[in-house]
Amino acid sequence: MKPYASPYVAGVALGLVLLMSYVWAGRGLGASGAFASVASAAVQQVAPGHAIETTFFGRYRAPLSDWLVIEIVGVVIGGWLSAKIAGRARLDVERGLDVAQRTRLAHAFLGGGAMGIGAVLARGCTSGQALTGGALLSVGSWLFMMATFASAYALSPLVRRFWR
Amino acid sequence: MTSTLATLAPPLMIGLAFGFALERAGLGSARKLMGQFTLRDFTVFKVMFSAIVTAMLGVFWLSRLGLVDLANIYVPETFVWPQVVGGLIFGVGFIVAGLCPGTSCVAAATGRIDGLSAVAGIFTGVLGTGLLFARIEPFYNSSARGQWLLPDALHLPYGAVMLLVVLIALGGFRLVEHIERRA
Repeated sequence: MKPYASPYVAGVALGLVLLMSYVWAGRGLGASGAFASVASAAVQQVAPGHAIETTFFGRYRAPLSDWLVIEIVGVVIGGWLSAKIAGRARLDVERGLDVAQRTRLAHAFLGGGAMGIGAVLARGCTSGQALTGGALLSVGSWLFMMATFASAYALSPLVRRFWR
Repeated sequence: MTSTLATLAPPLMIGLAFGFALERAGLGSARKLMGQFTLRDFTVFKVMFSAIVTAMLGVFWLSRLGLVDLANIYVPETFVWPQVVGGLIFGVGFIVAGLCPGTSCVAAATGRIDGLSAVAGIFTGVLGTGLLFARIEPFYNSSARGQWLLPDALHLPYGAVMLLVVLIALGGFRLVEHIERRA
């Protein structure tokens, strides 16, 4: 297993990817939006009437060929490729020493659920708001970033013991 | 076929590079991300601020040199309270899951089952909020400020705000390197 890259080098590379996205696609990066698109596809499949009625699911047309969904497919391939090359791809539940697998999976799922709610309200996540809007100096994106780190740090003393 | 390829290529290539960069930095690992909050490993801050500074200066200079038109780049709109409250809820999820949406996808792609579990949770959260959307819609659309930029909000020139961001990044890097050495 090879060591990780320098965070500064990887960060500059990530910034150049973001820049390429602005120039080439006229928009930045995203992640949670892809989940909204897939959720819309599911709702449109199961209850087409409901999807059209609600402004949330109704605004995604052809959700599975949406820009962000294709981008996330790329993220999955790129992440796997990088891990494969470095010998880091393996089945595993990453967790603290005193944490059972089931507990860790439950935490990941529940935390994911809260992030889903927060990302809908904020119209984006760490990618679509903090990175993309942050570099374009959007006020809302910086507010989102500060609020995220504020509540994460506020809770961190309670969560620390799970990562020993 | 060529038109399909032309539509698919940019998001696919951009996503590929995005996922590759995240994994290279170690951000497909929840333990690595949590170092940010246990104050042992500030990779999250270093990667985020290196990326923000690079893209911020890059887009500014490309537009200055006339190589790109800023009007063609979508700036996320500001909705003050939904973004503050959304951020607070998101932060709770972030610290509990140990991963964010993009890094969950990378974690899952590299075989981390906890990443897959976070992906399922995010999907459930987004779906559930979407189903109850009618109830939150008034709040969702409240305190709308349009495309509102820090230079306007702070009454400072664009260049001064960029300098401020660069100074925060450099000062932050020095500070976290110091904390890491002591940890």
